Amino acid sequence: MLKLPIYLDNNATTPLDPRVLEAMMPYLTEVFGNAASRNHPFGWAAEEAVDYAREQIAKLINCDPKEIIFTSGATESDNLGIKGVFEMYSQKGNHIITATTEHKAVLDTCKHLEKLGARVTYLPVNEQGLISLEELAAAMTPETILVTIMYGNNETGTIQPIREIAKIAHQYGALFMTDGTQAVGKVPVDVIADGIDLMAFTAHKMYGPKGVGALYVRRKNPRVKVTAQMDGGGHERGMRSGTLNVPGIVGLGKACELAMLEMEADTARLRTMRDRLEKELLTLEESYVNGSREHRLPHVTNISFKYVEGEGLMMGVKDLAVSSGSACTSASLEPSYVLKALGLSDDLAHSSLRFGLSRFTTDEQIDYAINHVKEAVTKLREMSPLWEMFKEGVDLSKIEWAEH
Amino acid sequence: MAYSDKVIDHYSNPRNVGTLDKSKKNVGTGLVGAPECGDVMRLQIEVDEATNTITDAKFKTFGCGSAIASSSLATEWLKGKSIDEALAIDNMEIVEELALPPVKIHCSVLAEDAIKSAISDYRVKNGLPALELAHH
Repeated sequence: MLKLPIYLDNNATTPLDPRVLEAMMPYLTEVFGNAASRNHPFGWAAEEAVDYAREQIAKLINCDPKEIIFTSGATESDNLGIKGVFEMYSQKGNHIITATTEHKAVLDTCKHLEKLGARVTYLPVNEQGLISLEELAAAMTPETILVTIMYGNNETGTIQPIREIAKIAHQYGALFMTDGTQAVGKVPVDVIADGIDLMAFTAHKMYGPKGVGALYVRRKNPRVKVTAQMDGGGHERGMRSGTLNVPGIVGLGKACELAMLEMEADTARLRTMRDRLEKELLTLEESYVNGSREHRLPHVTNISFKYVEGEGLMMGVKDLAVSSGSACTSASLEPSYVLKALGLSDDLAHSSLRFGLSRFTTDEQIDYAINHVKEAVTKLREMSPLWEMFKEGVDLSKIEWAEH
Repeated sequence: MAYSDKVIDHYSNPRNVGTLDKSKKNVGTGLVGAPECGDVMRLQIEVDEATNTITDAKFKTFGCGSAIASSSLATEWLKGKSIDEALAIDNMEIVEELALPPVKIHCSVLAEDAIKSAISDYRVKNGLPALELAHH
């Protein structure tokens, strides 16, 4: 029997892989030591577990274990990376470049720094959700200290040309940071080959636990430093104080190890399922994929269904856990700023659904989702005056709507 | 957001979805709202001119569950009412009947606007002056 509702909101968070939980359990129970306790076996066991996790993570992203700074999650990592670089490199300059489709953890951090004297350039994106490399190069100045562009977008899955962006940043002597939250563990991310100097990521988007993440900080070519944003015991090479979340870190390590082992098989399976879901839903007239279909995470699709309203649509697909816009903004009725940045009108942005598949998604669930969405969209269109007008050939943009 | 049972019922089994022949002299059509605002309602009434009674009502709505329910309920209430009785329908009655939360009151306002707009259209078609419609 198919269990309802079906969870297809894996860009918001993923379920914990049972193998990750198993790895964590001892550290939630008998191995409870503080990894900073240097003078007894309880501390040593915890430190050993943390070091092992560092190695598992380092292997996944091809870095040195010492370059991993543990945090509470990607939001903290984004804050630490951006604010930490701004403070550390203030002698060199005050200019930061980012993009309009970044996560709020990046955008709001940049806005905060603007109040403290930073100059921030927010690059626009094209209808595919991609930034222009020419515009990036044109925006670079001698004062540019940091370029921060996300790896894969949380709403559309669009993957930016990371290597090219890194090259441009380095040509002008700036550091390159990326928010790898949605990409790490899903697609191959190699900080050396990609030219990444700092990278934020988190465990709970890759079948690990919530409340733990990391910031990768390059140690050579160049040696990058960030100013700590919390004062305390000087953990994590002085960049992030606070007792380490040992069970969480063990979970993040295990999640990275599994991702590395299973990425290829997972990707092939997820891409096939995602493509089938997408192809079937696009058989509905006037439905459109948002973002690049070519440069995209394998488990994500974001589709707008014209002439149906988003909230009504969400109510119609009540057997699916999906989101319209990102989970962080779905409590408000504002259309997604990411989709608007792609040039979508408010009504198309309103009528979009984001599907995020996971390692645990089944073909049977996808079958159900296809039928459920098709039924809901068809029913709502039969009820929609806009659909009727469209079918009669009325140009909706020419109607004088009574604004209210 | 939690919807009331009545909203869910109207959303799942909407009453009187459809289209009346707007070219007929005894059919009044109201189209209110705007796509950018996330809701558009079209409400139509058919009037028995001899008795000034609404004999049929249909709607189509682009909007959230509460907007669909508000217009569905409005069509139920309109049938059998005289024009004057229909004009007296207040949006707060819809709010109470459907137990709409404060953020959804605008859906009931839109439904009331749609009723008045349909009646006004019917009046104009029959040589009477248009109603002064309040703009929200």
